[in-house]
Amino acid sequence: MTTAPEPWTVGPVTRTDFVRYQGASGDMNPIHHDEEFARAAGFPTPFAVGMWQASLLGTYATRWLGAENVRSFRIRFLEQVWPGDTLTCQGKVVKEYTEDGEARVDVELTCLRQTGGTAVTVWSTFVLEGDHVE
Amino acid sequence: MANPDAVGTAGEPFRMDVERGKIREFAIATGAEPPADEHPFAQPTFLTTAFFWQTDESNPWPAVELDQQRGLHAEQEYTFFGPPPRAGTRLTGQSRIGEVYTKQGRRGGELTFAVMYTDFHDETGRLVARAKLTGVETARPPAEDS
Repeated sequence: MTTAPEPWTVGPVTRTDFVRYQGASGDMNPIHHDEEFARAAGFPTPFAVGMWQASLLGTYATRWLGAENVRSFRIRFLEQVWPGDTLTCQGKVVKEYTEDGEARVDVELTCLRQTGGTAVTVWSTFVLEGDHVE
Repeated sequence: MANPDAVGTAGEPFRMDVERGKIREFAIATGAEPPADEHPFAQPTFLTTAFFWQTDESNPWPAVELDQQRGLHAEQEYTFFGPPPRAGTRLTGQSRIGEVYTKQGRRGGELTFAVMYTDFHDETGRLVARAKLTGVETARPPAEDS
């Protein structure tokens, strides 16, 4: 039985974090870095690309289970993440089972804001290493 | 209002090289340790960097005509049919519009969902991964909805 590592705390997060992710991902929507654009759209400040906090959960999960072992990663975007937020990435095992002769684990990952609100939830499947069924 | 006639619209296939430097940059931007391997595996969400390879011709999403003021990214899913791609792999991606459907929102308004699939094949023609984007158009602008 695999168990999730300790929660991983990220932040307080900054506009620089958002912009670095935007440059890396290629999603340059100005609502995530341009103050005037964000205000004109009715938001107090720019906010993070949802895929950034989802990708933090990807980092948490691949440290735990190995990048080569991921088989699915389903993201649901919930609350927005704002400059100054402190995020907590955590996970839990939903089930372990065997499929196609491979040991697999389904996990649920959450990225929480300091308010307790959930920014992103991920449901993901990984192959478990060193546990192949003959 | 979304256009249901968009269902089935496909983009032109596009090339996407999975590069070591891009994997490193993406790792640093997402709080991960830069991988030391010569041919590191891509992170679970790395295929979002297809943005750099797609053109207007390869992206059928505008055909859905979701209202940009009321449009939100609701869900994103990646399915891998084996290990995820690694540096040195040349992928060919192709996107198509899947479903367009409506649901009653919890606050009474109607929500319109649209789904786009992008399939990624490697040089041998093997299906490596499928991305599924679900967009939603809310009944009111998101800023008024919180």
